[in-house]
Amino acid sequence: MQPHERITAAIGAANEAGRTALVPFITAGYPEPDAFIATLQTVAEKGDVVELGIPFSDPMADGMTIQRSSFKAIENGVTLAWIFDRLDGAGSIDTPLVMMSYLNPLLAFGYERLAKRARETGVCAFIVPDLPFEESAELNDALQKEGIGLIQLVTPATPDERLAKLAEASRGFVYAVTITGITGGDAGLPADLADYLDKVSASSSLPVCAGFGIRSKPDVEAVGKHAAGAIVGSALVEVLERGEDPGNFLDGLR
Amino acid sequence: MQLEMSKAEAGKLLDACIAGTLPDARGRFGPFGGRYVPETLVPAFERLERGIAEHLHSDEFQTAFRNELTGWVGRPTALTYAPRLSERWGTDVWLKREDLAHTGAHKINNAIGQALLAKRIGAKRVIAETGAGQHGVASAAACARVGLPCRVYMGAVDIERQAPNVDRMHRLGAEVFPVESGDRTLRAAIDEALREWVTDPSGTYYLIGSAVGAHPYPYLVRELQSVIGIEARQQILDLAGGLPDAAFACVGGGSNAIGLFYPLLADDIELIGVEAGGTGSGLGQNAATLATGTPGVLQGSYSIVLQDENGNVRETHSISAGLDYSGVGPEHALLQAVGRVTYLSAGDGEALAALEELCELEGILTALETAHAYAAAKAWSKKNPGKRVLIGNSGRGDKDMPTLTQYPVRKANDAAA
Repeated sequence: MQPHERITAAIGAANEAGRTALVPFITAGYPEPDAFIATLQTVAEKGDVVELGIPFSDPMADGMTIQRSSFKAIENGVTLAWIFDRLDGAGSIDTPLVMMSYLNPLLAFGYERLAKRARETGVCAFIVPDLPFEESAELNDALQKEGIGLIQLVTPATPDERLAKLAEASRGFVYAVTITGITGGDAGLPADLADYLDKVSASSSLPVCAGFGIRSKPDVEAVGKHAAGAIVGSALVEVLERGEDPGNFLDGLR
Repeated sequence: MQLEMSKAEAGKLLDACIAGTLPDARGRFGPFGGRYVPETLVPAFERLERGIAEHLHSDEFQTAFRNELTGWVGRPTALTYAPRLSERWGTDVWLKREDLAHTGAHKINNAIGQALLAKRIGAKRVIAETGAGQHGVASAAACARVGLPCRVYMGAVDIERQAPNVDRMHRLGAEVFPVESGDRTLRAAIDEALREWVTDPSGTYYLIGSAVGAHPYPYLVRELQSVIGIEARQQILDLAGGLPDAAFACVGGGSNAIGLFYPLLADDIELIGVEAGGTGSGLGQNAATLATGTPGVLQGSYSIVLQDENGNVRETHSISAGLDYSGVGPEHALLQAVGRVTYLSAGDGEALAALEELCELEGILTALETAHAYAAAKAWSKKNPGKRVLIGNSGRGDKDMPTLTQYPVRKANDAAA
């Protein structure tokens, strides 16, 4: 099984068990770098797939919560190389990992080295919010050589023809952004969410995970009726920010 | 740092640049440029690209644009001979007076052009970012002129050091949105404007202020600003009887520089862009992106970026808010890589001294940004006596009074020492 297929399988397994797959997002090394692996293990135990945010100085698709966590992690010396090194020493984490990173840290790291280190550390795919499909060939080629996926994002603004193209190109799952906006919004999920998620699900043989603005058990239930998985980011980072137990919070979403 | 490029490849790219075939269909200036934006904005960028293809070079748009430049902006701006500066420097110095354009800087050329375009592609509102406040003021004025609501994102640090411009924006009917995130200067303002655009990609028009960002902005801004170089070229031929030996412009994102240089690329003129050298060559002490940066993706395009080895963008320092930026337009990255334009830097102190000298000798209070170009032109003049020099006087310095009052007035004699 290729690394990106592990993601698809993990989401499928959750769905077969009658659950909406839960994909928690944490900013790597936040709030305390020393607690990174412990936090990851807690979150990996509760989630079906874990999304690791790579801190970046200019997170233009993120709201205040993830911006704050990102800047704090950078201040604390968290880098992509550091994250891979910590993952090396983490022992086996069965839950497939996905890295969410803006493009520039990946460029600076080097694509070939990136794909190799990802494979070595259990990272199965990447989500790159500022890399549209048209610019993605070079990174995608490097990742594919190691069986690592590049997960495509689709949004309510994506036209139908484009949706088909993105769904086709995606690996692991298709990331359906629920809102037209940035992460961490508290305006609630849009009224026409069901139709949108049904449309995205119909466009792909891969599972669809919905993200942005999913903060509570009712939110997870609402997207779960129309998507295979729910991604919970800012709400979980807020839990970490307050020093609360991420395990309890994730249990509460089930 | 420059990307490796063979001589033949560099020559081909420069020819393409001069022939007007760059950016290519993928929005690239050679290796630089492109479109690195969130998926939510892709349809908005495609709509903008279609809008440019339909309108920018249409007779209808060009007539409307030229009418605004003439009747409202006050173009053509003067080309001024600087006799006392010429005597001091030992060269023949000519100034392209963008400070005389409406609202006091070259920014208005781009702002009114994009505002006219925004109207034509059905935008309901305009957002813009600003560093020094000049683009914010220009956007506020242009939006008032065409009847669109305008919100300007401005870093909290810049709001403090450019207070007069904040008040001007308010009076011109714009909302000024203070940006408290990131470095709280121009880069953070652009990030925040992009975040706002993501929440309303179909109704909002992002009126970017420099030749930076994702395709097609670097192209659009160059096209709208090229009026500077087109006018200056004709004026200096008419008034001085020949082309200059060298032309200087300050470079932050690089809109006034590309506007001046682009129409001069095919001529035998040494072109020199001047970045902010700040207080020194150390990390974070300057904004000399092309001199000390490395290739990377920032705010939508692949260009040269001031960044650390992990790809995090570095904070910058310059006395001038308008040059205080960690990136630079992708076309400048190409012009450096192919060796057509030389990029130098001038420090805070050199810029202040140059500003004072110009005040004293020619009665022109130039912007702190612009003063960097004078500092480099002066140094060049010392090595090239008798030559003819063209300086892009991109803006006026009234907005810099809160900064300038912190420095005692010196005499030009001291500044010249």
